[in-house]
Amino acid sequence: MKCENYMQLEFPSQSANEAFARAAVACFAAQLDPTMDELGDIKTAVSEAVTNCIVHAYPDKLGLVTLKARILPGGVLDLIVKDKGCGIEDVAAARKPAYTTGGAERSGMGFTIMESFMTELKVTSQPGKGTTVHMKRKIVKRGERR
Amino acid sequence: MTSFLQDKQLTIALSGEIDHHGAKEIIQEIGKKVDLYLPVVCILDFRDVTFMDSSGIAVVIRTIRRMQELGGKTRLQNIPAQPMKVLRAAGIEKIMQIEERSPAR
Repeated sequence: MKCENYMQLEFPSQSANEAFARAAVACFAAQLDPTMDELGDIKTAVSEAVTNCIVHAYPDKLGLVTLKARILPGGVLDLIVKDKGCGIEDVAAARKPAYTTGGAERSGMGFTIMESFMTELKVTSQPGKGTTVHMKRKIVKRGERR
Repeated sequence: MTSFLQDKQLTIALSGEIDHHGAKEIIQEIGKKVDLYLPVVCILDFRDVTFMDSSGIAVVIRTIRRMQELGGKTRLQNIPAQPMKVLRAAGIEKIMQIEERSPAR
C-alpha cells in the first residue's frame, strides 16, 4: 500500500527509550490531527510494544529495536516495532491476558492493551530470530466524529 | 513521591509517566511507605499522572497484594482519562472500586 509519509527510528533496548519512542510516534501522528484520546491510545500501544522488546526480546543484553511509522491513505497510522531478539515460541499463548514471563513488576497485559487500543494487531515471531509487531490505528477525521 | 498519613489512611501521590522504566522504583517506594506506616487503607492518587501503560497495573496489583497481607484495603482516586482506560482494559473494576477524577475542584 502506498504511504503518504513515514519515519523510522532505531535505538538500543534501554528502558529510558520507552518514553522517547512513544513521544516520537505521538509527534509523528500529530499530522493526522488526532484527539487527545486517540493520541493516548497510540502512546500506550507503542509503550507496550517497545517494553516487550526491552524486557523479553533482549532479557540479558542490549539489542536493537526498530520502529517504523507510516501514514496510509484514509488517515491510518501504521506502526511496526521489530526486534532481533529471542522470539516467542507460542505467539497465541503470549497474547492471552495475564500471560507473562516477566518479573513482579510486569502485569501480562501488554498484548491485551495493544489489541484493544489499536484497530489491528499482528504479531509474527521466530524463536531465536526476533519478533515483529504490526499495528494499525485509524484516526477519525474531525468532521466525521460523532 | 509525596504521601500523607491521617487516621491510619495513607495517601500516596503518584506523578509523571508510569512505565516499565520507572515501575520497579515506584513499587519499592510504595512498599517502603506501607511497611513504615502500616496503614489500614492505602490510597493511590493519580491526579498528577500524565501517562501510564500496563506497568501501572503491576504497581496497583502489587500495592493491593501488600495491603491484603496486612489485612488492609487499597483505593485509587483522581484517575485521569488515559490511565483510567488502561486500568479498565485490564479489568481492574472486577477486583476493586475506583473513583475517577473528582468533579469540580
